[in-house]
Amino acid sequence: MHPAFSVIFLTTLIGAGQGLFLALFTAQSYAAFNLLPSPEPHGFYGVGSLIVLMLLVGGLIASFFHLGRPERAWRSATKWRTSWLSREVIVLPMFMGVVALYGGAHWFDLRPTLMILPSGLPVDPTAVLGVIGTILAFSLFVATGMIYAAIKFLREWASPLTVINYILLGGASGFSLAAAFAGFTAPELTSFLAGWAVIITLLGMVSRLASLYRNKRLKPKSTLQTAIGIKHPKIVQKTQGFMGGAFNTREFFHGQTTAVLRGVKWFFLIAAFPVPALLLLMGMGGNVPLLLSAFVIQYAGLLAERWFFFVQANHPQNLYYQSIA
Amino acid sequence: MTQLALVIDLNVCVGCHACVTSCKEWNTSGTAGPMSDQNPYSADPSGTFFNRVQTFEVGTFPNTETVHFPKSCLHCEDPPCVPVCPTGASYKRKEDGIVLVDYDKCIACKYCSWACPYGARELDEQQKVMKKCTLCVDRIYDASMSERDRKPACVLACPTSARLYGDIHDPESVVSKAIREQGGYPLMPEWGTQPSNHYLPRRKTQIRIHDDELERADNPLVLDRQLPKPGKNDPTLDDATTW
Repeated sequence: MHPAFSVIFLTTLIGAGQGLFLALFTAQSYAAFNLLPSPEPHGFYGVGSLIVLMLLVGGLIASFFHLGRPERAWRSATKWRTSWLSREVIVLPMFMGVVALYGGAHWFDLRPTLMILPSGLPVDPTAVLGVIGTILAFSLFVATGMIYAAIKFLREWASPLTVINYILLGGASGFSLAAAFAGFTAPELTSFLAGWAVIITLLGMVSRLASLYRNKRLKPKSTLQTAIGIKHPKIVQKTQGFMGGAFNTREFFHGQTTAVLRGVKWFFLIAAFPVPALLLLMGMGGNVPLLLSAFVIQYAGLLAERWFFFVQANHPQNLYYQSIA
Repeated sequence: MTQLALVIDLNVCVGCHACVTSCKEWNTSGTAGPMSDQNPYSADPSGTFFNRVQTFEVGTFPNTETVHFPKSCLHCEDPPCVPVCPTGASYKRKEDGIVLVDYDKCIACKYCSWACPYGARELDEQQKVMKKCTLCVDRIYDASMSERDRKPACVLACPTSARLYGDIHDPESVVSKAIREQGGYPLMPEWGTQPSNHYLPRRKTQIRIHDDELERADNPLVLDRQLPKPGKNDPTLDDATTW
């Protein structure tokens, strides 16, 4: 497939945003049970939610560049019964709204006790919004991943690993960003968040390597024989029927050499996982430049990872466009 | 339930591209807007097409066959491009099974083109909507045309009648008979899309000659059968041995 930068930025930006929100609410949950010191809420949760929103809005803006008719984008919420893309379009603004409310409740200290749990734990609006936001963040990960995993003949994508990777890679970049962000606003949380960032990054590396291993062993189900229905072992296309360009020759071919592919693969395997994990471990004590560089390098690695994700998918329609003349 | 479709006979397609040009002509002139081209007369031309004719060589020289392969939307009975559409612009008509795009609803997210294993959908770069073969839906129901003209443009243009058109759910239709009697098959059956368009395979061309085509058995001037019977290879006046 041809990698579209609009979609690469959409998925990586909202992934980091969702991950950062999950990191914020994880810290809040731990703090509620007195497992962590409570940070200063305005800076950590309020500004943190603002950063989440900025990432989500950035992703949303990037997504519009993928559309030929962005002015009709509102229509894409209609077919949520069948289309994962439609579901993503619905969940993303819902999630943005909940994040805005969550950040606003923290910023303006709107934390009246709504109820007391049997254990004596007070529940305030931020906890309720946090739980709803967490559900929406995971729903958004699933919807985004399923957009790709649901196309069964794009076999590099049609696997549960696609959804797992979206969750883990988004979570890893979000927790890395949270660790760096905590360095500025809540230094007492950096080691906790950096620790989780390392764990999620390593889990993401395992699942991404698993999907690379799976994709390497895939045998194509569609062949030239099934594509034109002629059962002969030797078929060669002599012409695709036209000598100019077409949507079919642009959208589904990446046009890169295997050397570039291999280079990008190794770059993301190094930049998205071991390097940030190492930097996070080194900066765990509160070294903000190290934590920040961990996030920046990991995000660059994830851009390359998403690029490779698209390029690696081999569309069966390409069987029909092998030879110009 | 009706399922209109094309059946394409690979045994007689000669690869003349008449269906390609007639399709382009008809569909670029319609009310739905032109099928736009980019740089049509300069370097790197590109354009929107609903139909293409491709050519494949099967076998190893000298035992090869050249197969011309027309390719357009197959109007699948279970079209994978339809459920993925987030706006409902892609739909399959209940009344005749034609898969269509509503150009007023399409946002050109291209997801449907990813979800079509056959590459049947194209983005019109000027109109910025996804397009595909409509089976000439604006032609086949046009009551102002004569009955014989109410067929897809490609079918009418084909000089060898390689393209048959009809309802594949009607067992007595010309397409159903062709599929049944000449081994019609769908493309990429492995994905369960159940394409409505079928292809008829190459066949060995055979001719069967009956005896009475070689011997004029009913010659009224030969009654007694007394003369020596001439061999079938002997010279004759009119390619039929008189006996």
